[in-house]
Amino acid sequence: MLEIEIDGQKLEVPDGSTVMDAANRLGLHIPHFCYHKKLSIAANCRMCLVQVERAPKPLPACATPVTNGMKVQTHSDQAITAQKGVMEFLLINHPLDCPICDQGGECQLQDLAVGYGASASRYQEEKRVVMNKNLGPLISTDMTRCIHCTRCVRFGQEIAGVMELGMANRGEHSEIMTFVGHTVDSELSGNMIDLCPVGALTSKPFRYSARTWELSRRKTVSPHDSLGTNLVVQVKHDEVKRVLPLENEEVNECWISDRDRFSYEALNSDDRLTTPMIKQDGKWIEVDWQTALEYAANSLKRVADEHGAAKIGMLAAPYSTTEELYLGAQLMRGLGGGSIDHRLRQTDFGLDGKLAGIPWLGMKVADVSKLDAALVVGSFLRKDHPLMAQRLRQAARRGTRVSALGVSNEDWLMTTFARVTVAPSALAGELAALVKAAAEIRGVAVPVGAESAEVSDAARRIAQSLCDDGARAVFLGSVVQQHPDAAGLHALAQELSRLTGATLGYLGEAANSVGAAAVGAQSGLNAQQMLLGGLRAYVLLHTEPELDAANAPMAVEALKGADTVIVMSPFKTGLDYADCLLPVSPFTETSGTFVSVEGRIQSFHAVVRPKGETRPAWKVLRVLGSMLELGGFKFDSSEAVRDEALAGANGWLPEYKLDNTASDVAFARPSAVSGLQRIADFPIYRNDAVVRRAPALAAARDSAAPTARMNAATAAASGLTEAKRVRVRGSAWSSELDLALDDTVPAGCVRVSAGWPQTAPLGTLSGILNVEAL
Amino acid sequence: MNAPENPQAILLAGLDGDNTWGIEHYIKRGGYSALRKILESGMTADQIIAEVKKSDLRGRGGAGFPTGLKWSFMPRQFPMDKYVVCNSDEGEPGTFKDRDLLRYNPHLVIEGMAIAGFVMGCTRGYNYIHGEVFSLYQRFEEALAEARAAGFIGKNILGKGFDFDLFAHHGWGAYICGEETALLESIEGKKGQPRFKPPFPASHGLYGKPTTINNTETFAAIPWIINNGGEAFQALGKPNNGGTKIFSVSGHVNRPGVYEIPLGTPFAALLEMCGGMRGGRKLKAVIPGGSSAPVLPADIMMDCTMDYDSISKAGSMLGSGAVIVMDETTCMVKSLERLSYFYHEESCGQCTPCREGTGWLYRMVHRIEHGQGRPDDLDTLDNVASNIAGRTICALGDAAAFPVKSFIKHFRSEFEYHVEHKHCLVPVDVQREGSRIYVEHAAC
Amino acid sequence: MSFALSDASRAAIDREVAKYPEGQAISAVMAGLRIAQEQNGWLSPEAIEAVALHLNIPPMAAMEVATFYNMYDVKPVGRWKITVCTNLPCALSGGEQAAEYVKEKLGIGFNETTADGRFTLKEGECMGVCGDAPAIIVNNTRLCSWMSREKIDALLDELK
Ligand SMILES: Cc1cc2nc3c(=O)[nH]c(=O)nc-3n(C[C@H](O)[C@H](O)[C@H](O)COP(=O)(O)O)c2cc1C
Ligand code: SF4
Ligand code: FES
Repeated sequence: MLEIEIDGQKLEVPDGSTVMDAANRLGLHIPHFCYHKKLSIAANCRMCLVQVERAPKPLPACATPVTNGMKVQTHSDQAITAQKGVMEFLLINHPLDCPICDQGGECQLQDLAVGYGASASRYQEEKRVVMNKNLGPLISTDMTRCIHCTRCVRFGQEIAGVMELGMANRGEHSEIMTFVGHTVDSELSGNMIDLCPVGALTSKPFRYSARTWELSRRKTVSPHDSLGTNLVVQVKHDEVKRVLPLENEEVNECWISDRDRFSYEALNSDDRLTTPMIKQDGKWIEVDWQTALEYAANSLKRVADEHGAAKIGMLAAPYSTTEELYLGAQLMRGLGGGSIDHRLRQTDFGLDGKLAGIPWLGMKVADVSKLDAALVVGSFLRKDHPLMAQRLRQAARRGTRVSALGVSNEDWLMTTFARVTVAPSALAGELAALVKAAAEIRGVAVPVGAESAEVSDAARRIAQSLCDDGARAVFLGSVVQQHPDAAGLHALAQELSRLTGATLGYLGEAANSVGAAAVGAQSGLNAQQMLLGGLRAYVLLHTEPELDAANAPMAVEALKGADTVIVMSPFKTGLDYADCLLPVSPFTETSGTFVSVEGRIQSFHAVVRPKGETRPAWKVLRVLGSMLELGGFKFDSSEAVRDEALAGANGWLPEYKLDNTASDVAFARPSAVSGLQRIADFPIYRNDAVVRRAPALAAARDSAAPTARMNAATAAASGLTEAKRVRVRGSAWSSELDLALDDTVPAGCVRVSAGWPQTAPLGTLSGILNVEAL
Repeated sequence: MNAPENPQAILLAGLDGDNTWGIEHYIKRGGYSALRKILESGMTADQIIAEVKKSDLRGRGGAGFPTGLKWSFMPRQFPMDKYVVCNSDEGEPGTFKDRDLLRYNPHLVIEGMAIAGFVMGCTRGYNYIHGEVFSLYQRFEEALAEARAAGFIGKNILGKGFDFDLFAHHGWGAYICGEETALLESIEGKKGQPRFKPPFPASHGLYGKPTTINNTETFAAIPWIINNGGEAFQALGKPNNGGTKIFSVSGHVNRPGVYEIPLGTPFAALLEMCGGMRGGRKLKAVIPGGSSAPVLPADIMMDCTMDYDSISKAGSMLGSGAVIVMDETTCMVKSLERLSYFYHEESCGQCTPCREGTGWLYRMVHRIEHGQGRPDDLDTLDNVASNIAGRTICALGDAAAFPVKSFIKHFRSEFEYHVEHKHCLVPVDVQREGSRIYVEHAAC
Repeated sequence: MSFALSDASRAAIDREVAKYPEGQAISAVMAGLRIAQEQNGWLSPEAIEAVALHLNIPPMAAMEVATFYNMYDVKPVGRWKITVCTNLPCALSGGEQAAEYVKEKLGIGFNETTADGRFTLKEGECMGVCGDAPAIIVNNTRLCSWMSREKIDALLDELK
C-alpha cells in the first residue's frame, strides 16, 4: 500500500495505482477526456494535468503512478494554468456551435469548457475542417469535432477485439477513420458513441430526434439475450428515443451490445399492432378489446369443450416476462391441458425430468472474469452472447485460457487457447475425447462410452487446461441446446466437468429462459410435440414460430391446421394462420421481471405508455383467465404476480432451484452421416421478433441476406466450385440461396442461418441438406 | 573519405581510402578487439559499466544522459528477453553525424552494440536507421552479414558462449521516431507515437521487455573506452563531459561538415576548423545543438566551449551536437518560420498541446513573416509556447517551444520590426545572397 | 485497381519478418509497405491491404502506418519523386533556392506532378545530410548531394 495526499486529503492505495485512481477513491473529479477506466491509458488529452510536489512540471493524473508519500494538488495555480492551457488548445479547432451539435447538453468538452475556457478566443487563424466518414448505419460522424482522445480506437482494439477504427495521418492532420470503404461492423460498436466525449461519433438512428434535456431516463432490462443487461431508456413524448447502458459491473459492466442499443427502433415501427383484430370470412377487422377478448375466450372454450383441453397449447417466447409466463401457464392449467413451452428451437427434450434443477450458467456472471480456464462448447459466442464474449475476451487478455469446441471456426476476436471445429455429428466424439483425455490425466478409468474416442493434441491440451488448478468452467451454447442429441451431449459435458472439476454451465438462450423454467412455463406437451400438429388451439405469446421454431414449415402447417390461433404480440404477425391478434406490450411498455442466466431476478417498470390500444400481456392473460372463470387470476399488480410466481424470491433465484446435474442420461454417440450437414445459427439481428424489425440493425453487415456457406474443399467435393446460386433442399422443402465460400465452416457441412424467411422453409436446424447448383 | 581531416578524432579516425566500412578495413584498424578483450579476458558486466561510468560518456542523442548510469538501470540478471536498440534515426535538423559513422565505420557501431548486449544480457538488438539515408541501411545490413559471417554477432560469439544477434530496421520519414519510445513503437510496427514515461524503456521497452536505447555515437564510443579505459576517455574531454564528440556544422560557414573534437573545445576553434564564416560575413546567431535547442546570439556563443555544461550555462543545449551557424544575412523571423513549420509537420498528433499548439505557433510566425503580424502576437506566441512546453507526452513539445521562445527573447526587435513594417529587417536580396546555392565545399 | 504482391515482394517481406521475434510479424509492416510501394509505384489501398493480409494484421493498422510516415505515397506519384530538403540548415546553404529552381524547370509546385507523369515534387524535412545542402532524394532511396543548378539540370535530364 502507498500513501498519497491529494488536495490535503490523505489515503492509502494499492501498489500500481495512478493518481487518477486515488482521486476517484476520494470522490475527487479530475477533468479528463482520454482516460476511461475500462481502456488502456493513453494520456494524450493532457486535460488531467495536476501538480505533484517536487515534479518540475505538471503531470497527467491518469498515467502517473502513485509513489509513497506523494503530494498532489489538483487545483493549485500550476494545475489550473495547465488545465486551462489544454482546454484552450482543445477549443481552438473545435467548432463552437453546441446549439446545433447532437452532443449538446451531454458533452464533456462543453461541460468542462464552461469552467475552463476563456471567454474570447485568442486563436485568430482558420479552423480545421475534417471530412465526415461513413461508418455504416449505426454511427454518425462529425469529425471536425473530434478531439483525438482515441477512446474509440482503443475500444475497438481492446474491448471489441477488432481494430476497425484507427487514427490515420499524423499531427494536426490526424483523423479517425476506417480502412477505405469499410464500415464499423462490430456487434459492440455503439459503445463508441457513449465513449466519445464530444459530438464526433453520435447515434445515427437517434440523430436530431431529441435534445438530451427533453429526455426522461428510465431503467429497464434487455430482452435480447440471457445476460440481463441493464439499460437506460430515454423517452420523449412517450416514445423511446434512445437506449444506453446502465452501468452494472456485475452484469454488463458499462457496455451494451448494438442489439440492445438499437432494437428500440422496432418499437416505434409501422409494423406495430395497435388494435385488436379478428379474422372474419378471411378478412382482418379491427375490433375493440372486449370483442377480441370474448372472441379469444370463446374460441378456447369451444376447443376445450369440443376436443378437450389437451388440444390447447401455448407457445411463448423465452423473453416473455416472468409474470406473463406464469399467467400463461396458469391459463393452460386452468383450462385443463396444461401445455406450455418456450423452447421452440429445441428438438431433443431428453433432459426433461432428468435435470436436478433449472439449467443455468453454473456461476455468477462476474465470476466468469475470474476463470483460469474455460471451454465453450457449441456456441456462436460473439453473436449469441456479445457481452459474455466481451467478458471472456477481457479474461483472455489477462491470461484466462479460453478454448472452443464448436461447429464454426469464426474469429472470436480473442486469443483462444485451443480450438476444435467439427461437424455437428462429430461433437459427441470430440466431447468423448475430452472425457477420455481428462480421465487419463486424472488417472482414472475411462468411462464406458468414451474409450474408443480418438484424442487429438488439441483435445489433450483443452482437457489439461480444465484439469489444472484454478477456477474452470465448461459452457454449453445454442448449438448444444438445439442439437438433436442435446441430452447426450449434456451427459458427456457433465462427465467432463465431473472428471476435471470444472463447473458446468449453460450460456442460456434468452432473457427469461431461466424465469420460464422457474414458473413452470414448460409443462404438458413440449414445443415440438405441440407443433407436430394435432392441437386445435394455439396461443402464441411474443413468438413467431414461422421463424423461431426448429421446424418452421411444420409449425406453420400445424398452426394453419388449428381451429384457432390467438396471437399476443406487439407486432402484426401470424396474419395467415391466426384468427385473433391481441396487441400486447413489448418490454418497454409493461412492468415485468426477467430472471437471467445467473439466476438474477430483475424487475422493471414500463418506460412508456402502451402504444395505441396495446395492453400489457399479463393484464390480457388476467382478463382471459377471469373471462374463462378460472381461479387464481386475481392479481392487482404485476408485482403481485411476480411474488406468487417466484414465491417471494428477491434478487436471486434460490440456488437449490438452479442445477445442471442430470441423472440417467446416456452419452451421445457420434453418428455416421452422409451428405452435407446443416449448421444453423440465429443471426444476431434475426433472433427475436423485436430485433428483426429494427431498421438500422437490418442495414448492418450482420443482417446480410443468408447464403449457403461451405468451405472451398467441401464445395469442390460437392461439385459446386463454379456455382453462384444453389438450391438447398431439406427433407421436405427447399430454398434458393447464393453460395458463399467460407473457411470457418467445417468440412462436410453447409451453414445456412435460420431466422430468415428465405431459409425457414428448410425445415430443420440440423440434419442433411442437399445442395445443387442452379 | 571526403570529410576534412579530424586530427583529434577517435571514432572517425583512420578512415582513409576505399571501403573503410568493410570488415577487413575495420579489423585492420584494430576493430572488434574490444569485444574480443571482454570475452577473452572474462571482463564482467559490472566492470564494463564501471569503466563506462568513469568515462563520463554522456548520451550523444540529445539529452546527454550519462550512459553508464543508464546501463545500470537495466534488470541485467533477469533471465527474460531484453533488447538493446540503437537510435540512428538522425532527423534533428542540423544533425548528420551518425550518418558518417554508419557510412564509414558501421562495424564500430556493431561492436559497441554487441558489447552493450553482453553487458545487459540481451540476445537481440536492433538498429533503427533514418529512412532518408536508405543506402546506409543497406550498407548496415551488409556489415551485419559480414559480422555474422565472421562470428562477431550471432550464436556463440568468438566461441565464448555469448549469443547476440543484431538487425536493422529502417524508418520511413518521421522525425518523431528519433524519440526513443516512438522509435520502439515504430519497430513494433506501429505509428511512431511516443509512450508516456514512466515506465521507462529499461523496464518496459521493445515488445514490453527491458530495453537499453542509445544513440549511434554513444555505442560507437564504447569500444574505445574498453580498449583504452574509461579514464583515458574522460581525459580527452573535461570533467562530466568525457571524450570527443562529433559535431555536424551547417549553415553559413565555408566548410559545412562533420568535425570530431574533444568536448570543451572553444566554439571559435570549431568555427575556424570549418573555414570560418562564409564570404567573411559577420556571425549573427548559432543554434548549438540541433534545431530544438534555443538559439544563441553571436556574442554569447563566441564565449562558449563546445560541451554540455558550457552550452547549458549559456542558456541552450549541446543536444546532438548539430551546430547551425547563421550570419548577418539571416532573417530570424523567416528562420523561425521554417523551424516552426517543421515541428508542426512532424508532431505525431497524439497529445493535445503539441498537435494543436505547433500549428498555432507556425501560423502566427507565418503571418508575421508575411506582413500580417499584430502587436500582441509576440506575447501570444511566447505564451502559447509556454503552454506547450512541459505539458506534452514527449519532448517534441519542448523542442517546438524552445526555438520560439529563444528567437523572440534574443531577436525581439527583429520580430517587432516585421510586425510594424510588414517586411523584413534584412532585405530579401541580401538574404538570398547569403544562402544562394552553395556548393563550393563539395568540390574540395 | 487490383494489386497482388509479387513473389519477389513476398519473399522480401518474409525475410523482414524473420528479423523479429515470433508473433511479431507486424514489425515488418514498414518494410512491407516500402516493398509494396516499390512494386506498385505508390501505396494504393489495395496494396496496403495486401501487405496487411500477408502479415495477418488489421488493414487499418497498416493504413495508420502508411499514412503516418512521409515517404509512403498513399496518392499516385510520377515516375520520379523528387524531394528537396528546405529545412533551415539546408535553406541556409541554398536548399530553398534549389527547390525554386526545380519548380521553375518542371513547371510544378510542391506536391504536384508534371503533366507527362514523369515528376512529382515534394518538400522534404531534414534528411540528416545537412552538410550536403542542397540535397535531393530521388524515389526515396537515391541521395543527391550538393545540387548546384548544373547538377540539377543533369539529374533531370538523366531521369527519363
Ligand atoms: C523529438 C525528439 C527527437 C529525437 N531524435 C533523436 C535522434 O534523431 N537521434 C537520437 O539518437 N536521439 C534522438 N532523441 C533522443 C532520444 O529520445 C534518446 O534520448 C536517445 O536516443 C538516447 O540515447 P543517448 O542516451 O545515447 O543519447 C530525440 C528526442 C526527441 C524528444
Ligand atoms: S509532444 Fe508531439 S510528438 Fe510528442 S507525443 Fe505529443 S503530439 Fe506526439
Ligand atoms: S485523461 Fe490524462 S491525459 Fe487524457
